[in-house]
Amino acid sequence: MQRIINFILSYRNAFLYGLLMVISLALTIRSHSYHQSKFFNSSKWISGNIYGTAANISSYFSLREENQRLVTENEALRRLLFNYGKVSLEKKQDSSNLALTYEVISADVVKNSFSSPRNYLTINKGSNDGIEQDMGVITTSGILGIVENTSTHFSTVQSVLNTKSNINAKIKNTDYFGSLTWNVGDYNVVQLVDIPRLVPLVVGDTIVTGAMSSIFPENIPIGIIKRYDLDNSKSFYNIDVELFNDMANIKNVYLITNKYKEEIRELQAQTEDE
Amino acid sequence: MNSTLFLNGLRFVLLVLTQVLIFNTLNFLGFINPLVYIIFFYWYPIKGNRALFMITAFLLGFMIDFFSDTLALHSMASLTVAYARPVIMRFCFGVNYEFQNFSFKNTTKIQRLTFLGLLILLHQLVFFTFEVLSLSHFLLILKKVFATGVVTLVICALFSSLFSPQTE
Repeated sequence: MQRIINFILSYRNAFLYGLLMVISLALTIRSHSYHQSKFFNSSKWISGNIYGTAANISSYFSLREENQRLVTENEALRRLLFNYGKVSLEKKQDSSNLALTYEVISADVVKNSFSSPRNYLTINKGSNDGIEQDMGVITTSGILGIVENTSTHFSTVQSVLNTKSNINAKIKNTDYFGSLTWNVGDYNVVQLVDIPRLVPLVVGDTIVTGAMSSIFPENIPIGIIKRYDLDNSKSFYNIDVELFNDMANIKNVYLITNKYKEEIRELQAQTEDE
Repeated sequence: MNSTLFLNGLRFVLLVLTQVLIFNTLNFLGFINPLVYIIFFYWYPIKGNRALFMITAFLLGFMIDFFSDTLALHSMASLTVAYARPVIMRFCFGVNYEFQNFSFKNTTKIQRLTFLGLLILLHQLVFFTFEVLSLSHFLLILKKVFATGVVTLVICALFSSLFSPQTE
């Protein structure tokens, strides 16, 4: 016994190293396979507030650009508003339905990252503002990600530039859908997989979100086809999609929630059980 | 002793904030975020409790992980650097670093730079290997280690000559 204790004492540094290494390995592997850690993420009070203060200062430097973007968006919305009478006569049922199904909340990004394989953003709204897990996040130009964790005043968003991200997407004006993934390459290019070989594709075609998910509404723009080729089995396409969003420069975002999400999920779960 | 503790505590906090608020948002050329907090291991006193040093390193990495949503990657890399530091020191400064009167002032510039470079290389290797965690991206790992490593080395060398510690 004496010898064992002596042995442990003489190698105590190696033991300490092993112990701490095992702890961090466990945490890493957990964050690879499951959701991001619930307790240690940047939406927490201290990190959220520090990021919030820093974003408060740095946001002054891009005010002009950001204003320009918002003015452009307002212009587009106004155009919609003035033409609303016409549109609603044509398909009244549809538009009134849309207005009721989805709710929109705006927020500011306080921390953005796009250079690691698993990127997360932090935004300055949390559960107090009605943010919940699995809400969709978009910008004025396109899709951004999905809410992963919330604290009372901040939330983290799993970006589309994340190897764990998997979003339903389709080619505009068709119903061929696939999954949007990312291969850790370029931060402005994501991959669309599982599109069958028989689909006619053209470089420059627009990719939008599909109707299969209860997170995003249909037809939110994602990007355009940059390049495509067949995968190993020669039956599906691998498509490189160039994002509309400039992922390095994101400030104002909108969160979308589907009011009937729970209902859809329950129904689907029920159907699968039977 | 107390002033050493205070100095290192202050360094700890300032390096975490600098890393998280400035260097993590740099994205030079789209992917280079220099990990300047490695300079902590260069500045840390040579003599002292090794176990305490490793725990401090782990906590430093953990704080940075906490802010940048990369749970336990920075902790792992920092811990490894802290564990391997005596070996690297013996390699760079020879056996005489174990004597009482050894200090950084007696060493040449090249020796210090090699020491810093090896600390950075080890840190980057561990960090990016576990960040990517797949051998199919071997070239990506090498590219990231090399590019980020060089930028980190330049910035750390600047830091070490700008804020050289007086107490050691």
